Amino acid sequence: MKTRAERKKTLHEWLITLPPVAWLTLLFVIPTLIVFAITFKPVVPGTGDIGKGWTLTTFRSLGNPNYPAIVWRTLWISVMNTTLCTLLAVPAGYFIARLAPRARSAYMMLVIIPFWTSFLIRIFAWKTLLHPEGPIHGALAWLHLIDPQALLLYNAWTVLLVMVYTHLPFAILPVYAAAEKFDFRLLEAARDLGATPLRAFFAVFLPGIRRGLITAILVVLIPSLGSYVIPDLMGGPSGEMIGNKIAQRTFVDRNLPHASGLSALLTLAVLIPMAGALLLQNKRQPERMMTEDA
Amino acid sequence: MAEFLAFEGISKNFGPVCAVDHVSFAVKQGEIFSLLGPSGCGKTTLLRILGGFEEPDGGRILLNGQDLADLPPNQRKVNTIFQNYALFPHLTVRQNIAFGLQIAKRPAREIRAEVDRMLKLIQMTDQAHKKPHLISGGQKQRVAIARALILKPQILLLDEPLAALDLKLRQRMLIELDQIHDTVGITFIYVTHDQGESMSLSDHIAVMNKGRIEQIGTPSEIYEAPRSSFVAAFIGDTNILEGQVMEIYPQNNYCKLQLDGFPSTVLCYNDNNIKAGTTVYLSVRPEKFHVALEKPETKLHPEHNCVPGKVEDMVYMGAHTKFWVRVGDYRLAITQQHRRFLLDEAAIKWNDPVWVYWHGDDGFMLERYNESDEKINDPTVESAATASKAN
Repeated sequence: MKTRAERKKTLHEWLITLPPVAWLTLLFVIPTLIVFAITFKPVVPGTGDIGKGWTLTTFRSLGNPNYPAIVWRTLWISVMNTTLCTLLAVPAGYFIARLAPRARSAYMMLVIIPFWTSFLIRIFAWKTLLHPEGPIHGALAWLHLIDPQALLLYNAWTVLLVMVYTHLPFAILPVYAAAEKFDFRLLEAARDLGATPLRAFFAVFLPGIRRGLITAILVVLIPSLGSYVIPDLMGGPSGEMIGNKIAQRTFVDRNLPHASGLSALLTLAVLIPMAGALLLQNKRQPERMMTEDA
Repeated sequence: MAEFLAFEGISKNFGPVCAVDHVSFAVKQGEIFSLLGPSGCGKTTLLRILGGFEEPDGGRILLNGQDLADLPPNQRKVNTIFQNYALFPHLTVRQNIAFGLQIAKRPAREIRAEVDRMLKLIQMTDQAHKKPHLISGGQKQRVAIARALILKPQILLLDEPLAALDLKLRQRMLIELDQIHDTVGITFIYVTHDQGESMSLSDHIAVMNKGRIEQIGTPSEIYEAPRSSFVAAFIGDTNILEGQVMEIYPQNNYCKLQLDGFPSTVLCYNDNNIKAGTTVYLSVRPEKFHVALEKPETKLHPEHNCVPGKVEDMVYMGAHTKFWVRVGDYRLAITQQHRRFLLDEAAIKWNDPVWVYWHGDDGFMLERYNESDEKINDPTVESAATASKAN
């Protein structure tokens, strides 16, 4: 027999756990399972409706030789984007965190200001800048850095450039948040113990902002994998990513099971690195950035 | 003769603020040297200059005759215990201690042996696997010491190392620090605002104020013969009485002082050869005064001063009792170890007329006096308001 207090405690635990579990089930688990399930449904030809019964047609067609190239491109653009954003965000975060508090907010303002303009307008702005008659193309051609006939738009590198531009603030914010809490006296301690400034940076600062780094990586990597707008506007056929294929299957081919199959692939590609990161974070005990007496 | 460590005219400004103002002093090899002063007096800046974290605007530091100016912190044979220990939170105790040797790329076996030796020295062998957030303040401090000592520095710099600890632990760590110093025998430079810490630990103390050194001496020199009112007031409590030297007795080097608003002239030993007619400030420590209900005729020597007064306040402090006694225009702070020396001696109560007496050797005369200095540690400012009153 459970005592009243124990029963009350169990009830308490349930009440606390239930809302997030319900939330996740309703808005994440069920929709994801529906997407997975639709992959195994037939399509009604001509209408784009989902038919009755179950079939492996879509599952087999995912072996289409076109897909590996697109999946590969999606992966490398996303990984490159994440790497570049992180590489730029770490020095930026370090630099801003070391400024006086007033200057910090001014610099953070500069990081956030692009958000005041619509995402689409900023992408079109890039299109204008990189256009064969635009200023960047003109300047580079004038400096003989590119062939005047070369096209800066509509390739995978342009997609990468604009993706880095778009995602960089999202990487700087968590890195800065971690760097701001970092106890910079630890760097002095490392210097005192014989480390060069660079060594102190790698041995003490980077581990100190590990949480911020992991967040930055996830926050950039996951949306990159699902990118649709940037490759659609900047990429052309040679810059296509998996998001574009999903859109194409949905709106052009009216083949929802096929789109679902690709989405399921993408979902798995996103979930696996996230689970990995969570495991990595949980393996190490949570720790404070500062010494306790600080 | 070349000194072990010499500061020569070191200056440092932060914008318009002069943190360190032409400071010169020398430290002997193997001693514990304290830099003592209130916050903002420049002591930490001086330590950071020695550690290589700040560049002086002027002057130089010589270690064994070698100018340290161009050596970055990682090349100085000087290690620091930071105020909050600055242990690396992502490394275990063992990894923290090993850090310096790993940077120096020493062989793994040697590192392991050295770290084991250090863990034994600080008695933390069984805590080696823990991360810093799982150990106590005192243990953190010991790890910080081990982490610095493993590099065998010529000088260990300690920046308020006990400030973050509670009183009991502070007293224990003070003894431990002293023992570690005896074991390793290297020079310690100890920065603190706590006069008790520096008194009990140091061979020499430099008392600093407003970027300058007020006095350098052994703890007893600093306490017994302070050279300025700042030192007198900062190191322990004191009473400062203003007056003039009236007469000097060359046979025993005592002098007679006329204090303004004091009931009688007083005798004082004149060890600074102050001339008759000079305006001086007589400083007498609270514990040098004695209070008695009856005039202690039999106990008095010719060099004793004895004046009548009235008890205005008294606070029982356990180990001793504090009295505030009105004598003439002054309110003297007096501490006496017990209210009653003998059981048959009557207890001193509020408003009791009493006799205050002290030996002429127990006062010291200062020629310089800054009104603002005294307030730092004026026993009359630290009034009975916060302490519980005795009945």
